Amino acid sequence: MNNDKKTAEHRRYDRMVKAMTPGSDDLHGYIRAFWVGGLICAIGQVLSLFGEKVLGLPEGSDGMFTSIALIFLGVLLTGLGVYDDIGRYAGAGSIVPITGFANSMAAPAIEFRREGLVLGVGAKLFTVAGPVLVYGLSASIAAGVAWWLIGGMA
Amino acid sequence: MDLFITLLKAFVVGGLICCVGQALLMHTQLTSARILVLFVVSGVVLTALGLYKPLVDFAGAGATVPLLGFGYSLAMGAMQGARSDGLLGAVTGGLVRTAAGIASAVIFGLAASLIFKPHAKR
Amino acid sequence: MMKQTIAFNRRLALRARASCVGPKEGQGPLGWCFDRVLEDDLLGQATWELAESEMLRRTVALCLERGNLPPDKLELLASGDLLNQLMPSCFMARAFGRPFMGLYGACSTFVEAMILCGAMIDGGYRRNAVCAASSHFCTAERQFRSPLELGTQRPPSAQWTATAAGAALIDTDKSPAAARLTGGTIGRVIDYEVTDANHMGAAMAPAVADTILAHFADTGRDFRDFDRVITGDLGWIGRNLLKALLEERGVAVPDEKLADCGASLFSQEQDPHAGGSGCGCVASVSCGYVLRRIEEGAWERVLLVASGALLSPTSSQQGQSIPGIAYAAALEADG
Repeated sequence: MNNDKKTAEHRRYDRMVKAMTPGSDDLHGYIRAFWVGGLICAIGQVLSLFGEKVLGLPEGSDGMFTSIALIFLGVLLTGLGVYDDIGRYAGAGSIVPITGFANSMAAPAIEFRREGLVLGVGAKLFTVAGPVLVYGLSASIAAGVAWWLIGGMA
Repeated sequence: MDLFITLLKAFVVGGLICCVGQALLMHTQLTSARILVLFVVSGVVLTALGLYKPLVDFAGAGATVPLLGFGYSLAMGAMQGARSDGLLGAVTGGLVRTAAGIASAVIFGLAASLIFKPHAKR
Repeated sequence: MMKQTIAFNRRLALRARASCVGPKEGQGPLGWCFDRVLEDDLLGQATWELAESEMLRRTVALCLERGNLPPDKLELLASGDLLNQLMPSCFMARAFGRPFMGLYGACSTFVEAMILCGAMIDGGYRRNAVCAASSHFCTAERQFRSPLELGTQRPPSAQWTATAAGAALIDTDKSPAAARLTGGTIGRVIDYEVTDANHMGAAMAPAVADTILAHFADTGRDFRDFDRVITGDLGWIGRNLLKALLEERGVAVPDEKLADCGASLFSQEQDPHAGGSGCGCVASVSCGYVLRRIEEGAWERVLLVASGALLSPTSSQQGQSIPGIAYAAALEADG
């Protein structure tokens, strides 16, 4: 409901609730998100270097290799029941990296397996990933078309 | 030493991007799904404006591993597709470039649902 | 204005009680007082929903056994839970094959069922009845929030759905009983326009205050007439909000007399955020602890006020605020 439409009593209650609710522990929250998120990215960097230097993957493929490896790790830790504990500790530190995206697909797929393979696993796999793809892809098409129009003018 | 600097840059930049997400998580009522959507779309927009590529060049995985980097790949793919294949490339480029990630997430997710069972939380 | 409170005429005996909780609840401060503590959240069932139903079935069965009532003599089974179309309660009732009424009052369901059972017996329509309720962390998570394995963080104001069930048998038999049900107050739906689904204590506290004030106004009682006023599932934050709301309306609240089931079920160390919640929380704490204290003679008269946050995934997604409700039952020592 719109905040402006609230009655004076309800607005006063809002303030009361705010005053009596302890806030999140901001500093600890940031430190945890920082080190866990940073660590996942550093692992990604190691994987990327490994792909490039050791496996001799061509430019561009090392990025794909990194994504696939991190997604695999994210899904594996989700299946083993570890990723939700990491998430509880690190918050955005484990939501924002691509492992979090993998977690957001694997978690509902595992949870809704009992509702069947099609409407359980198949549909629920995209509960979070679906919106991410819809808006990410749409935005990228908009960017590509804009680029095409600008290129056409130039 | 170079290796250490490279890793440090990825760690610090990646960590800071996650802290932006953490601020949204703690100070708004946004769910993690909305935060992920926000990050991917932001990544596309920043890349289209030419602001994100310098960060990728600087921090490597620190910029590509967070979901902003997924948006970066989508946008780079679409823009490169537009350059090489015109309008059709603008439509397909994003998916082509991110296909490995999306396909592996689907197949791993499917496999996981067949292998693992949900665990009760304590 | 129509009174909200029913004063029962007959002597309604709380003949037997049973409670069953999950492993985490069993490790909490009240772990000792429950009849059964499960070792496995799944109870050997195929799904979480069937596990919750089985937990509820075992609890009702134990309650009937304690009350020496063969299941085929049971005249009314009133039960509810948190899930869509009350799957756990309906499947439990299928196993008993007795007259059944399924109720939804979110976390307030147990007391709602108790008042309904009381009224049915007091009106002479039934000779005995069982009121019951259950909740399960894993079923509630997947319906209301997110899959178990999703790595998310919840704010300190969020509550932890208890894996628990409770059942009480009410009858009019003359023999001495542990406690009596003497009255019930039917709550109104109150909405102070709280929209944060992670702050149910705040959404429900105004409804609890409203029901307590209605009970006091209808009966002429106040805190001095009760040994305890025990609220259901406000949690630590909600309990303090309730105290402030009551004091604003000129009701003196002695701190030691106001307890909350959700704030008692877990310790802070168990990281349940703001406290426990779920239909099973009030049901198990009432049957395991509150009625036990009355039975032991520690308390003479208790007002049990269970509250429910009447949100659904649909109402949340449509941006609606969270209406709250609270039902109160007056419990007294028999004698």
